Amino acid sequence: MTDVRDVIVIGSGPAGYSAAIYAARAKLKPLVLEGSVTAGGALMNTTDVENYPGFPDGILGPDLMDSMRKQAERFGAELVADDVTEVDLQATPKIVKTASDDYQSRAIIIATGSSYRELGVPGEKRLGGHGVSWCATCDGFFFREQDIAVIGGGDSAIEEATFLTRFARSVTIVHRRDSLRASKIMQDRAMSNPKVRFAWNMQVTEMIGEDRVTGVRLRDVKTGAESILPVTGVFVAIGHDPRSGLFKGRLATDDDGYLLVEQPSTRTAIPGVFASGDVVDRHYRQAVTAAGTGCAAALDAERWLADEAE
Amino acid sequence: MGESTRAVTDSTFESEVLKSAKPVLVDYWAEWCGPCRQVAPVLEEIASEHGSKIDIVKLNVDENPEVVRTYGILNIPTLTVFKDGQVVKEIVGAKPKSALLRELEEFLV
Repeated sequence: MTDVRDVIVIGSGPAGYSAAIYAARAKLKPLVLEGSVTAGGALMNTTDVENYPGFPDGILGPDLMDSMRKQAERFGAELVADDVTEVDLQATPKIVKTASDDYQSRAIIIATGSSYRELGVPGEKRLGGHGVSWCATCDGFFFREQDIAVIGGGDSAIEEATFLTRFARSVTIVHRRDSLRASKIMQDRAMSNPKVRFAWNMQVTEMIGEDRVTGVRLRDVKTGAESILPVTGVFVAIGHDPRSGLFKGRLATDDDGYLLVEQPSTRTAIPGVFASGDVVDRHYRQAVTAAGTGCAAALDAERWLADEAE
Repeated sequence: MGESTRAVTDSTFESEVLKSAKPVLVDYWAEWCGPCRQVAPVLEEIASEHGSKIDIVKLNVDENPEVVRTYGILNIPTLTVFKDGQVVKEIVGAKPKSALLRELEEFLV
């Protein structure tokens, strides 16, 4: 067991690092438990981030996260690439455990983000690594001049589809509705790309292939008709789920697992515990909104610590 | 490259991986792969802690198409353990250290 800290930040995307920057500048010497492979968060899986203000020419997701990390470090945040395994938020001080250490802190800022969602159809798990992928920027390279499918209709699906046209012969966007949720600029970009096709109103029911993907089975949600789309790669981009499992039974969530806070603040129901970023946000889910609520969480924590000290 | 891992290539793969007396974990990676960057320090740690039991080597998929084709690699990071020239374990995707240690347990005792 180590000394009692003022603030521990759990998580390390834009929310976690922004919280760390603000807390460090408030001289709270935050400890950031970044996660052993999740450090940097979801943006580590992206290429060009074009909508983060301040970068008129865009910036690579991993580079943006690296800069935020360095900025937090510069002001004295202590960064540890370890996974939190258990928390006790009711204790005084609060306890955070990792595989190698136990830490104590007065305040906790949760910024654990989200993890990608699986389709849950037959063949998906078995063919993971054999044509089924969740990371276009990682795996697009392996599908040069091939026909592939992207499942989903949001920003990340459309961004991945557009990115994948750099490699693929064709990219079919399979979406269970007849319109996209993605932003207008992303939609226009995809629709004007000659390599991009659309399979509207289609649900994936199975991923097909012996030891690598040869196609996906589709069902028309309107007519029920079944068909097979022959592809050698399937990229799943159907959204994310909040990574709140660590706090199950300890903090209130909504039906989908998003942590509940006393908006517009970042306070949870437990005094001294604050939550920010995608683990809270079911509406916006942007790097810049995550950074914003991360900042708010640090300011809320700073104020709470000051009140406690009085 | 870190201190405890080293690079292998198309031309050194046979001698350094297939003919190795020890189990060898091959980390298929590329510069442009974010999760590869995330898992790299974890592998570095495992290599420095368990280097006597297992070799951990890195293969750049951009520069070594032959091995990539031979083993049908379609995702990175992929971590493949070779023993006596055969693939005995395949781990797809970046995972936390504790999960990797669990999956590699049989090679670390």
